[in-house]
Amino acid sequence: MPTEILMPALSPTMEEGKLAKWLKSVGDNVAPGDVIAEIETDKATMEVEAVDEGTLGKILVEEGTEGVPVNAPIAVLLGEGESESDIGAAAAPTPEKAPASESSAPAAAADGPKPTGSLSADAPRPPAAPRSGPAPAEMPDDQPAEPDVPAGTEMKQITVREALRDAMAEEMRADGDVFLMGEEVAEYQGAYKVSQGLLEEFGARRVVDTPITEHGFAGLGVGAAMAGLKPIVEFMTFNFAMQAIDQIINSAAKTHYMSGGFIKSQIVFRGPNGAAARVAAQHSQDFASWYAHVPGHRVIQPYSAMDAKGLLKAAIRDPNPVIFLENEILYGQTFEVPAEMDFVLPIGKAKVEKTGRDVTIVSFGIGMTYAMKAAAELAQMGIDAEVVNLRTIRPLDIDTVIKSVQKTNRCVTVEEAFPTCSISSEIGYQLMEKAFDFLDAPVLRVTGKDVPMPYAANLEKLALPSVAEVIDAVKAVTYRT
Amino acid sequence: MAVEAKAKETGGGETGTQFTVDDYRRAYEDMLLIRRFEEKAGQLYGMGLIGGFCHLYIGQEAVVVGAQMAMQEGDQVITGYRDHGHMLATGMDAKGVMAELTGRASGYSKGKGGSMHMFSVEKNFYGGHGIVGAQVSLGTGIAFANRYRENGAVALTYFGDGASNQGQVYESFNMAKLWSLPVVYMIENNKYGMGTSIDRASANTDLSQRGASFGIPGEQVDGMHVETMRDAVARALEHARSGKGPYILEMLTYRYRGHSMSDPAKYRTRDEVNEYRQKRDPIDHVRDILISQHGVKEDAIKAIDKRVRDTVNTAAEFAQSEPEPDPSELWTDVVR
Repeated sequence: MPTEILMPALSPTMEEGKLAKWLKSVGDNVAPGDVIAEIETDKATMEVEAVDEGTLGKILVEEGTEGVPVNAPIAVLLGEGESESDIGAAAAPTPEKAPASESSAPAAAADGPKPTGSLSADAPRPPAAPRSGPAPAEMPDDQPAEPDVPAGTEMKQITVREALRDAMAEEMRADGDVFLMGEEVAEYQGAYKVSQGLLEEFGARRVVDTPITEHGFAGLGVGAAMAGLKPIVEFMTFNFAMQAIDQIINSAAKTHYMSGGFIKSQIVFRGPNGAAARVAAQHSQDFASWYAHVPGHRVIQPYSAMDAKGLLKAAIRDPNPVIFLENEILYGQTFEVPAEMDFVLPIGKAKVEKTGRDVTIVSFGIGMTYAMKAAAELAQMGIDAEVVNLRTIRPLDIDTVIKSVQKTNRCVTVEEAFPTCSISSEIGYQLMEKAFDFLDAPVLRVTGKDVPMPYAANLEKLALPSVAEVIDAVKAVTYRT
Repeated sequence: MAVEAKAKETGGGETGTQFTVDDYRRAYEDMLLIRRFEEKAGQLYGMGLIGGFCHLYIGQEAVVVGAQMAMQEGDQVITGYRDHGHMLATGMDAKGVMAELTGRASGYSKGKGGSMHMFSVEKNFYGGHGIVGAQVSLGTGIAFANRYRENGAVALTYFGDGASNQGQVYESFNMAKLWSLPVVYMIENNKYGMGTSIDRASANTDLSQRGASFGIPGEQVDGMHVETMRDAVARALEHARSGKGPYILEMLTYRYRGHSMSDPAKYRTRDEVNEYRQKRDPIDHVRDILISQHGVKEDAIKAIDKRVRDTVNTAAEFAQSEPEPDPSELWTDVVR
């Protein structure tokens, strides 16, 4: 029986990849460990090694094909005594060719064979899960209350990952004091490919690979900032920034005040934050409320590519330390951004992503994917939800939330973090303090559960918020059943 | 005592130029200013005019004064919380430092930082840091900026024997050597990390060799002699400035006072302290040389003493008469 070679998953969040190159041809003998092909994921180019021995009987996916779903057969290996005639026709489902961009990745994956078996690390986040798919595209009828750009601005579709890279590249071109440092940012092109191409353009002086030494390089970055440079310090994930949090808080955030305003630290700490997929408790935590607790710096958590581009550029230009909390799941999602180069969003300003009358859903970062999806489903039920994307966590734009609640009289908050002392807690308190008379129901929060993130697929799904929970909360505050 | 024997071997200015009578005069006055300033600070602390933590530098004066004499324009200094001596050595104004200690608006940090948090960009002094060891990474970052800008400056990064056991010190050593950063690590070994003697805290007490696994050269220096200090720092600066990367100096020194003002100092004997005070005092040493070798008259010495005392008294009066920060200052300087 010929053996199918399947498209492997090479990272916990990979759903599809590009078959970049075949290194073996039909008829070649293959031994275990031989590199047979190269595939490109959204993070890196990887080699595919043969697991079994045999002869390459047929190539099912030509090189250059993009959007090959994980676990789709890509070739057939013939054992001893077998020939091409042994290959069944059913073994060759041609994967759908995705558009050149990564935009509809989850959709393409949904149409292809469902990943099964041990390679499908994405199992808890199947294509149907709330977070996958660019939510705004599903609600073309909803116009933002205040558009970020004037009507008629030429727009383009890019991923959050590209938006972050473009923001850094543009600011580095504009200001020679801006540089990027972190683990694997240069030669590896970024652990999550965010810094792709920057080394080539700016050289090793300004795109600096560090040793794995978070406490040390965070402090080094702050020292360089005190001396007048404008570092962008990338943490491979913010989980590792706990090693460095003394320098982030005690040195970066506090020195301006302690020096009577004479020493500034113009520094951005950025990187993926929050849960990715199936990486368990130590690698799955949202630190928004940790940093938001402390005065002396800004805390930003972007949702869309628009947020990522406009706010990262603003963060790099801001004379204060900025904690810029990205999300790995969002990196590959595509949104519209202005095609013009210099697009900057204001720090400290929330955005009404969808207007509505019946309830205010407040969220930020990846929480927005639940919020937007819930709003779409609620619309089907006749509940018109307004969705506020906070964008900046500190300073918190509570005025925009209050203005919305004054209209809707009801509020539900959504975030992936733990509930205790969360951003939701803060919003609930401030609404009680500043908009008490406008509330017709208690503020409800939909958060991650108060447990360390479990590994098992079913438990992880339970630990995270869901669209259903958001809908239930909205029904509760609008007194619908 | 083996450590001290080694210090005598290495100390003594192989590359040093002549320490002239003017050098001795300057060293005497600069060290005495620190001594008298710290004594006054201790006095004001006892009167309740200085609050919180107050770590005095008395006994270690030769370290910063000798180093300063070797530095070039543009070289930076960063240190931990025992920082008043470093500030005065860089030329920061005694009035502004003392007014910060008393929490007044005219202090270097407008009264918001206190003893451990003062800065002067003008004098290339980058603090004043309260978390043990944090300044080592920060100083390495200043050196990174020097190399980035190719400005020829070296960052003198001071820390104590206690801080030398912090993990980020070695993270910094690694990066500094990896990238050949222009930094001199100045380990002030005063034998005690708070109340714990170095023998009880460090597996290997030769701190000058703490960079060995990174290939960073280091030497022990007699930190009680200002001439030795100046020469050693000159050698280290030359090394760092020439592109060879970091250099470690371990200064063998001693603090006469407790760790902070609230230290009962039960961990060492009065005899030990007196041994240093009476036989190895860095200021007495210079005073003796001025008089016995250079024939400087007692009157001339007394004139310096008076000048220093006047400066310190003026600073103390200033620090007590200046107003506290305006209440509105509570909300300023949080972010820019």
